[in-house]
Amino acid sequence: MKVTIDGITVDVEPGTSILNAARQIGGDIVPPAMCYYSKLEGSGGKCRTCLVKVSKGSEKDPRPMPKLVASCRTTVMDGMEVQNITSPEVIEARKGVVEMLLINHPLDCPVCDQAGECHLQDLGYEHGAAKTRYEFDRRTFEKIDIGDKIQLHMTRCILCYRCVFTADQITNTRLHGILNRGDHSEISTYIQKAVDNDFSGNVIDVCPVGALTDKTFRFKNRVWFTKPVEAHRDCDKCCGKVTLWYKGEDVIRVTGRKDVYGEVEEFICNTCRFEKKKTADWTIEGPRKVSHKSVISANHYETMKPLPVVKTNPLLQEANKEQFERETRL
Amino acid sequence: MESLSNKKKVLEVKPLNFWERAYLPAIFKGLAITMKHFFKKPVTIKYPEQKREFSENFRGMHSLKRDEHGRERCTACGLCALSCPAEAITMTAAERQKGEENLYREEKYAAVYEINMLRCIFCGLCEEACPKEAIYLDGDIVPADYLRKDFIYGKDKLVEAPLNQ
Repeated sequence: MKVTIDGITVDVEPGTSILNAARQIGGDIVPPAMCYYSKLEGSGGKCRTCLVKVSKGSEKDPRPMPKLVASCRTTVMDGMEVQNITSPEVIEARKGVVEMLLINHPLDCPVCDQAGECHLQDLGYEHGAAKTRYEFDRRTFEKIDIGDKIQLHMTRCILCYRCVFTADQITNTRLHGILNRGDHSEISTYIQKAVDNDFSGNVIDVCPVGALTDKTFRFKNRVWFTKPVEAHRDCDKCCGKVTLWYKGEDVIRVTGRKDVYGEVEEFICNTCRFEKKKTADWTIEGPRKVSHKSVISANHYETMKPLPVVKTNPLLQEANKEQFERETRL
Repeated sequence: MESLSNKKKVLEVKPLNFWERAYLPAIFKGLAITMKHFFKKPVTIKYPEQKREFSENFRGMHSLKRDEHGRERCTACGLCALSCPAEAITMTAAERQKGEENLYREEKYAAVYEINMLRCIFCGLCEEACPKEAIYLDGDIVPADYLRKDFIYGKDKLVEAPLNQ
């Protein structure tokens, strides 16, 4: 099937969504997605950030679709023409969507551990307005611990349902869901029961905002001061391919490997994520490639080894120490 | 080679005449200028005792501010350290415990906040980056010291004095 997105034509399989067709082309024309997650079945259709305009329905029926459609839930038709960033209407609508998503968001980015790798932050920066028009109180919730390793900040949640789908996929019984309706909707493990599963930590990775965060990483450091390194280990539960986040010599966080759309390649188990935090546990593959536009790459340099001038020289260190002691005595 | 700017001047050095060779008139002339300055108002000031007024946009030592209830504003978000071109700022965050609400404004605060005054170039980018209006470069000139370690200013020197002192 041929589909044209922003003037670029691509051949895709029947049944592909517009979003996935755009991802096959790649680049700027890929609509942002907050709720759709290619690894989770049934995700998508919640957040409306991936809205696009279909200016020609198909070859047989060339009428445009009457309203903007969610590209993650609309399958392509042969000869379909789609406008994303070339349509001012879509840009305007997306700005509105971002404003709606931010209505109840606490905007506590300086405190939030997700800041720097938060999709809502990126989306707000690219599409949102600088000022909010909302004057009323935002909804607030108490922090909830899901198990001893995961913390839920319901105030930051945008109700994308990704974690619900993750919990559905990793367990046989339903443990995790959304309670109440509308403004009162709330993620809940029933009666605050811990999601007791080896893969429960993945809800942290799939969360596009800072609603589900790693308690072992809580307030440890900002993302942009850490160095991401690709590593793997032999794990009997999962693939063992992860990203280690280093601060100096210490691994302060372990996450799954995320692709350009912020989706993990494969889910990792809780042992890898929470317990293996020593360099000795891992085989290092090399530094992770981070987009130069990302704040994570700020002040990071290409070379992994320290420059020759700062290599340790015991003689020099001894001399410096002696000098320092002599001076302090004075 | 011809000069590019055409501003080159060829200097002619004439031989000195008798009075010039004696040097005495030139010495007296110079002394007269020196004596004249004894009776003029001095152009310098005696610095540590006397201080000139700073201009309004002067950037001196940093101070970490408190809010109207005397709580520390800094939430250790790290944006100052990120924006710092000299990489002079480091910090360690900690979580506010119950009962510390009167000390820290947000649920996270800087347990350690250090600025290396030798690295700092007083550009004011930290002040601009701060989302909480917590850091301002409104202090004095950073005083001189003898040891490098004494130039690393911690929270004891940076945080504003509490309100009721």
